[in-house]
Amino acid sequence: MSESPEIAMAEEQALGMHRKSVLELRNVSIFYSEKKAVNDVSFNIRRNKITAIIGPSGCGKSTLLRCLNRMNDFVEGCRVDGELLFANENLYGKDVDPVEVRRRIGMVFQKPNPFPKSIYNNIAWGPLINGYKDSTDELVEKSLKQAALWEEVKDRLHDSALNLSGGQQQRLCIARALAMEPEVLLMDEPCSALDPISTARIEDLMFELKEKYTIVIVTHNMQQAARISDYTAFMEMGDLIEFNVTKRIFTRPAIKRTEEYVTGRFG
Amino acid sequence: MPLTTEQEHRNLAKRHRKARIFARFCAAVTWSGVVLLGLLLYQVSIDGFGWLDWQFLDSFPSRFPERAGIKSALVGTVWLIALVAVISIPVGVSTALYLEEFAGRGRIAKIIEVNIANLAGVPSIVYGILGLAIFVRYFALERSLISGALTMSLLILPVIIIASREAIKTVPQGIRSAAYSLGATKWQTTWAHVLPASFPGIMTGVILALSRAIGETAPLIMIGALTFVAFLPEGPMDSFTALPIQIYNWVSRPQEEFHELAAAGIIILLAVLLIMNATAIYIRNKTERRLK
Repeated sequence: MSESPEIAMAEEQALGMHRKSVLELRNVSIFYSEKKAVNDVSFNIRRNKITAIIGPSGCGKSTLLRCLNRMNDFVEGCRVDGELLFANENLYGKDVDPVEVRRRIGMVFQKPNPFPKSIYNNIAWGPLINGYKDSTDELVEKSLKQAALWEEVKDRLHDSALNLSGGQQQRLCIARALAMEPEVLLMDEPCSALDPISTARIEDLMFELKEKYTIVIVTHNMQQAARISDYTAFMEMGDLIEFNVTKRIFTRPAIKRTEEYVTGRFG
Repeated sequence: MPLTTEQEHRNLAKRHRKARIFARFCAAVTWSGVVLLGLLLYQVSIDGFGWLDWQFLDSFPSRFPERAGIKSALVGTVWLIALVAVISIPVGVSTALYLEEFAGRGRIAKIIEVNIANLAGVPSIVYGILGLAIFVRYFALERSLISGALTMSLLILPVIIIASREAIKTVPQGIRSAAYSLGATKWQTTWAHVLPASFPGIMTGVILALSRAIGETAPLIMIGALTFVAFLPEGPMDSFTALPIQIYNWVSRPQEEFHELAAAGIIILLAVLLIMNATAIYIRNKTERRLK
């Protein structure tokens, strides 16, 4: 739906929200070999906001998220059409280095995937390989505090990260991504492998993080999207059905299909 | 009310019986192997134990059994295995990394893959002939340690490559994704995460391969390792002998004493093998613990 961005803008104006975009998707289509996974999607991702992408399984939401930091490059036969503007540059432009893109747009994955190393090294490694010169001690402490994990692990920074619980591991992965000071943080169903208490902690954390970062989250869980996000994109079968301010999507969606999905009639 | 009906009960009992029979079959097969190996070791020990002393370890071969020893063969084997390890481990692991992480799934990668699997099944004597033609003659390395080590490396490379690839495959994709998402290059990801995580598995393959190399005789005979060496090799270009060759030489003599010497040589060979494997397993377990 190409008119979605304009609808969102009108809504923003009514709500008095600021409108600075970090990422702009313009007619983005994604193919796996010949199969089209995402079809002509356009919307903007606002700075210091949480944007949720929701939709039934296989709707292309994870695919879309993974192309925002070029993680799709590792999938053989994956091709992206259209423009993804980040700081006025197309992420898929000819002289854009995907390594540089991933340094500036961080990612947290569905399953917690800490390195099989110490808690400390999990966080320090990213900055170190990217030429970070200052003391990593401070950086590790700062990142763990930002991820609300510091108090739990400060006495065992050199223990293996694999001894942490699932929820702690996921917060460690968030801390690891934050240590790179990314401009955007992509989260691919970050709570789907976690229990409700860990999920609540991560949702609280996201509220704090949007002060500093821009977050894009893919989620299966509509309540989660409604609770935490400022904007919501609803996708189905590779199409963007509706994009708008979250409040609007969950109270008076413009499109019937969105209403059916958010009220749980399918999906 | 009973938990199961009569019919269900009989059925369950039948299934349990099947499971028991299968478990016993597996145990029997395992133990027959162990017993056979035990008998072999027992026989060798009976024959050879009397000859094991410092004199045996510290003497060169001789035509008098009581003066004969395996000094040159033992030193030759240690030299040979060290050289083989230095050559084959870097080459094998690099090849595995290339095939798994960098080569992609193209046609050439597939052809290489099939060929490596086939090479693992080529008889060792063929490698010996190849070594003789290429290293001894063409590169004029003579009948030296380095010729032997290069030939032996060719022989065990397929084993190292296949085992290393399997080990690299078991590294969870999530670790790679995590590294890439932090702005790591492919090389940084491979070096810092994939290689350490697959290290224990790679070590297992290397242990197996080197154990095979230590016992191989045919390729060494082919490239012309000597059977009677009364000096110690001082460098990779020196000629040499090795334990299996010395054993082979003793076994083929008519005198009973030499057969017992061969048994003593076998004990030494097994001891070297055991020490080598124990060291490798120790290193592997240590790194495994560090990873956990």
